[in-house]
Amino acid sequence: MGAPIVNELTLADFELENHVRGALKAAVQGDNDFYNQLLGVIHQKEYLSAEEVALLVTCLRAITGAVSSIDIVHHHALLAAVLRMSLWDYEVDVMDVLVEFIVSLASSSGDFVDLCLEMLVSNFMPLSTYYSEEYLKNPQGLYKKRQVLDRVHSTFQSIATVVPFSPVRLGIIVKDKMPSILQKEHLMSMYVENILMLESGVMGDIVGRTVLMALVDRLIELDVELTWDDILQDDFCKGIFDMDLEDLEGHIEFHNADSSELTREALFQNIFCGNNIVIAEKLDSLLVLTFEHLQSCYNSGRLSQVFETLILSFKKTILTAYKSKFAQFIMFYACSLDPENCGEFFANEVLNIFLRNENPEWRMSAVAYLSSYLSRAKFLSASFVATILESVVDWCFQYCKVHEGAIYPKNRSVFYAGCQAIMYVLCFRMKQMLVIPRFNSGRLLKRIEDILGHPLKPMQACLPSIVEEFVELTQKNGLFPSLETFQSRTDLENCRTFGGVQRLDMFFPFDPCLLRKSDRYIHPNYVYWSMVRNSYEDDEHEVIEEEVEVYDGFDEFACSLDKMSITPRPDNMLKMPSRIRPSTSPESL
Amino acid sequence: MEGSKECEANLVIYLHPSKANCVNDAIHGELTSVMFTYNETLEGVILAYDPVCCSKLARILPGVEPYFGVRLKAKFIVFNPTPDMLLEGKVVKVTRTAICAEVLGFAWASILDEDIREDFKHCIVKKKRGPEGNSKHAFASQTHKKHMIKFGNTIRFVVKSFDGEMLHITGSMLANNTGNSEWLDRHVGQWSQADRVSNKRIKEDAGDAKSENKNSSKRKRDQD
Repeated sequence: MGAPIVNELTLADFELENHVRGALKAAVQGDNDFYNQLLGVIHQKEYLSAEEVALLVTCLRAITGAVSSIDIVHHHALLAAVLRMSLWDYEVDVMDVLVEFIVSLASSSGDFVDLCLEMLVSNFMPLSTYYSEEYLKNPQGLYKKRQVLDRVHSTFQSIATVVPFSPVRLGIIVKDKMPSILQKEHLMSMYVENILMLESGVMGDIVGRTVLMALVDRLIELDVELTWDDILQDDFCKGIFDMDLEDLEGHIEFHNADSSELTREALFQNIFCGNNIVIAEKLDSLLVLTFEHLQSCYNSGRLSQVFETLILSFKKTILTAYKSKFAQFIMFYACSLDPENCGEFFANEVLNIFLRNENPEWRMSAVAYLSSYLSRAKFLSASFVATILESVVDWCFQYCKVHEGAIYPKNRSVFYAGCQAIMYVLCFRMKQMLVIPRFNSGRLLKRIEDILGHPLKPMQACLPSIVEEFVELTQKNGLFPSLETFQSRTDLENCRTFGGVQRLDMFFPFDPCLLRKSDRYIHPNYVYWSMVRNSYEDDEHEVIEEEVEVYDGFDEFACSLDKMSITPRPDNMLKMPSRIRPSTSPESL
Repeated sequence: MEGSKECEANLVIYLHPSKANCVNDAIHGELTSVMFTYNETLEGVILAYDPVCCSKLARILPGVEPYFGVRLKAKFIVFNPTPDMLLEGKVVKVTRTAICAEVLGFAWASILDEDIREDFKHCIVKKKRGPEGNSKHAFASQTHKKHMIKFGNTIRFVVKSFDGEMLHITGSMLANNTGNSEWLDRHVGQWSQADRVSNKRIKEDAGDAKSENKNSSKRKRDQD
């Protein structure tokens, strides 16, 4: 008797199931008639009529019932056809029966678990070009996205109910199938959204760490792809403190010779040229998604738990990456959400790396992170900064004592990095430190003076701009009289030796974030040099206090500022309040 | 429950030089990392360990990173179900074609419909209270109405095969001593009697077949 014709059958469900079972067993023997008909039904994809959809649903349901007869080798074609189906290509009735099949298949044998999870993960993004970025933003596209992703994530949970270790496998699969940095921005963002949904879902305890670390790895990959415009950093004699975007008066002629208006947009375009803009925008979008996820973790009381993973990731990936540009701002933002726990924990961990790690480059990188963080984080209390600074000072002081008289002491670069860190933090926080009794006591100030006046000559090895600024501030405040005779002298040999080939002497990881969307999350808690510099002017003390209050409500300002275009006037640049910033909106030009 | 055994093994654990000042913690870390995974040497999934004694000396391996090998004895509890063993698991899913159960919290078992005895029929149990959508799949025995298998029950099943890498057990509920554990424990007499009856029937059939053969060979001899 020949095989029945699929779309002419009028059978009860269980009878069709029996037919399918028979077909699967027959296919093993070599009789593929009915089996091929099933394949034909499954392969139909585009512009299905109502009858074709009903047939597809019925066949899938029958195959679900016969899942125990499916063999991974003999029925490879059927498995491939079904697992290649994308939820995005069908309506909800087909979606529902497809996910039911996936759960039944995963439950039937261990051989199918990974295949089923991979199929679901591939549905994180639509493969069809029909789902363009514009379509996915409109209500219809959003609705479709919700339909698909809700089913995908609930299917993960259904499988995890039956297969206890499937979340572990899922974490590995999600990491392996992460789209490359060349993938389109909106698709990458969708994948990351799904990762973050997994992290905050019921399986987050098991799968969260793996997927978060994979996300940070991808952020660093994008970060490293950005080729930093070395114009700003080529000449180390130019002021490091002039690098803040708000004070880039001196550099306008570099970038916009014939433009009378400096905007962040124009600067962004100049620094990131060509392909870099695409990568920068991808990185920007992913950072924003991560910031929003951290915010929701904080709101649900999970930030401490997530922060442990971030710290691990920071030590493994961000710290060891060559001069990470923006990825480290996830740490900054997370710390700003919970300064007492996360903020202080981060500083202590980085301090620990500087004090105890074996690798000198990591130690130099760590102290660069520490000094930049302590200087720029508005949410850190002055007393805490003083405590951390004291630890760095004590280490440097001990170093000086131990290596008294040594000609080429070991870890000299680490020592210089520590000295530069002390001076850098004091440039930003001098005024605050001087009112803290612990700092202002004789012991600490004396130690700093001894360190900086040591025969190893750290002030000649560190960056001249930092040393000059530091000396100027100490003279104004009457500190360190023995350093008054110091003259700015660049010791090129020591500078280059200190920073090494990687120029870690010029690494200020928390310098202003150039990514415009991310920066909106960062700047409410960020210390700009202009804010600090103005505060050293006695006659502007009242103005500064006013600025600080306004800055707390900056977010509301930002929306209205987007519509303004303000040309900075060079003669008033120094006195321009830092809350008025160039417009970021191109429409305003 | 069958399937677990205790064993003792002599091990050498190779540790990174950075762990030299915290050897005990490092050993615990290494042993913990292999728990709940299938180990070919021990032929089973490691459920628990107890390091018994550890040598004070360790051999340093030559190489760029000089790992050092610590010798120790350790006891393990290993899970390795073999075919025909009787296991228990908690039902996590029932469909028309399969019963899925969780075993010891980390392994999973699936009993397909072809491995469920004909006495059990699939049914839909509707909840008396609550919304109409709250119906559940279940398997109910035709001979013993109270013997039912549904979500959350503990079942007893016979092992058909075990995939150590995926921690998956294929099970069977063809034998009379399989089914809902609670019912089986409360009605030992009924299923064991059924066993005795079916065994007796099998023996009688075997006996009949024997005597039939004897008679036919006697008749043949007589004829000869």
